[in-house]
Amino acid sequence: MVLAGEIGVVQPIIKVDRISKNFGAFQCLNELSFEVAPGEKIALIGPSGSGKTTILRILMTLETINSGHIEVDGDQLYHVERNGQLVAADEAHLHRMRQKIGMVFQLFNLFPHKSVLDNVTLAPILTKKMKRADAERRGMELLDMVGMADKAKAMPAQLSGGQKQRVAIARALALSPKIMLFDEVTSALDPELVEEVLNVMRKLAAETDMTMLLVTHEMSFANDFADRILFFDGGRIVEEGKPGEIFRHPKQERTQAFLKKIIAAGQRI
Amino acid sequence: MEWDWEFVWEIMPMLLAGVRITILATILGSALAAVVGLVIVIARRSANRAVSRTVGFLAEFIRGTPLLVQLYFIFYVLPDIGILLPPLLAGVIGLGLHYGTYTAEVYRAGIENLPRGQWEAAKACNLTPVQTWIHVVMPQAIPPMIPALANYFIAMFKETPLLSAITVLELMNQAKSVANSSYRYIEPITLVGVFFLVISLISVIGLRWLEKRFGRVA
Ligand SMILES: Nc1ncnc2c1ncn2[C@@H]1O[C@H](COP(=O)(O)OP(=O)(O)OP(=O)(O)O)[C@@H](O)[C@H]1O
Ligand SMILES: [Mg+2]
Repeated sequence: MVLAGEIGVVQPIIKVDRISKNFGAFQCLNELSFEVAPGEKIALIGPSGSGKTTILRILMTLETINSGHIEVDGDQLYHVERNGQLVAADEAHLHRMRQKIGMVFQLFNLFPHKSVLDNVTLAPILTKKMKRADAERRGMELLDMVGMADKAKAMPAQLSGGQKQRVAIARALALSPKIMLFDEVTSALDPELVEEVLNVMRKLAAETDMTMLLVTHEMSFANDFADRILFFDGGRIVEEGKPGEIFRHPKQERTQAFLKKIIAAGQRI
Repeated sequence: MEWDWEFVWEIMPMLLAGVRITILATILGSALAAVVGLVIVIARRSANRAVSRTVGFLAEFIRGTPLLVQLYFIFYVLPDIGILLPPLLAGVIGLGLHYGTYTAEVYRAGIENLPRGQWEAAKACNLTPVQTWIHVVMPQAIPPMIPALANYFIAMFKETPLLSAITVLELMNQAKSVANSSYRYIEPITLVGVFFLVISLISVIGLRWLEKRFGRVA
């Protein structure tokens, strides 16, 4: 596990450099910069509309950027070098870069016409040219890890939200990405189903050296899970630090106000 | 005017030949409409504005003008610029183009009904665009389209008598020529109605089955 202070010694696996993102006239991200070390577990917190989802979507190439640069695992994400100049990357480059990154969505987005196991094996078979038998063996291992092996034959519509989300995590893991992005993966779940998904995430964090970025409104989970917290507001990082610092001794007024509101809403940190 | 069964049996072979052409034109027209619809949808989704706008305008134009006018144009006007088509081919092209603009709308609605999250999940799984279409989009988008497409199939079938205007020897045209040469209308024209009714009823039963099987388009 790498802590904030050690960055600079290790080459970062993600380097976001002054990126801006506009939706029409609205500036969603404003010269945003941050770095993530390999294996680091990062929680992104902040008020609604502060750009947390957007930065994850940008890292997954689901959204484009208006300016700035992003480096992932040593390569530019949105640019390629041509004649010594950085120019916009083509689809083939994006396709190569996406191999390094996986994402789990708030609303699961399982493929409803495919069984649980087929959801997990589809991408490895198609994009990694894995043999079906190998993909299924690995798929079953992953489903076992998220506690869904007994539902391998089920269709997504037969599952509860928590079960769907665990399958979605297995599906993202099947491509063995170096970086995993989680966007509020428990916020669409009934309260009693949240814990089973969080347990899978804790297991992942403990057992793998994957780099994980997680957007969450569950502060106590962010506290346990993250090596470092990024507090977003207005498309910028207002404050960052270890969970203990951010939650116990927030320096910025806006962080303090945000946490006060969260506690007033009844959450424990 | 009396119903003459003997006359009925006498003209039956000609009418059946007409039925064959009617069914053939419907099937070929539908196949062409399916392809034309696909081309229109792909062109309209094209990033190239000139392509998407032009095709969009042409499709609106075709949908907004009567099929009969288009058939006349293809069969009687195109020869002026050197394009001379046999009647059946001209008819199939007319049906295919006209109904292709409708099938394009069915495809478009089916594709747009697919939640955005499915496209995004496919991308996060790093599928290529072609893989996304084959493994994620089409298996989900096509089944709900089937009842609507079947509806247009039946509608096209019932419009095939228009092809008689460009000398295709389909059912209506055969009946007319029988009637004109024998001066008897009641049997041939009644039989045309019966043939259309029977085939339509069979198709409607098939359509109900498809609707039950695949559900209505929302
Ligand atoms: N496709 C879009 N078109 C227009 N505006 C958008 C789009 N996506 C996001 N936005 C806007 O950008 C801002 C940031 O959105 P984002 O989803 O990143 O916020 P967030 O921090 O994830 O908020 P939440 O905690 O509510 O999920 C919001 O004001 C949102 O309305
Ligand atoms: Mg969000």
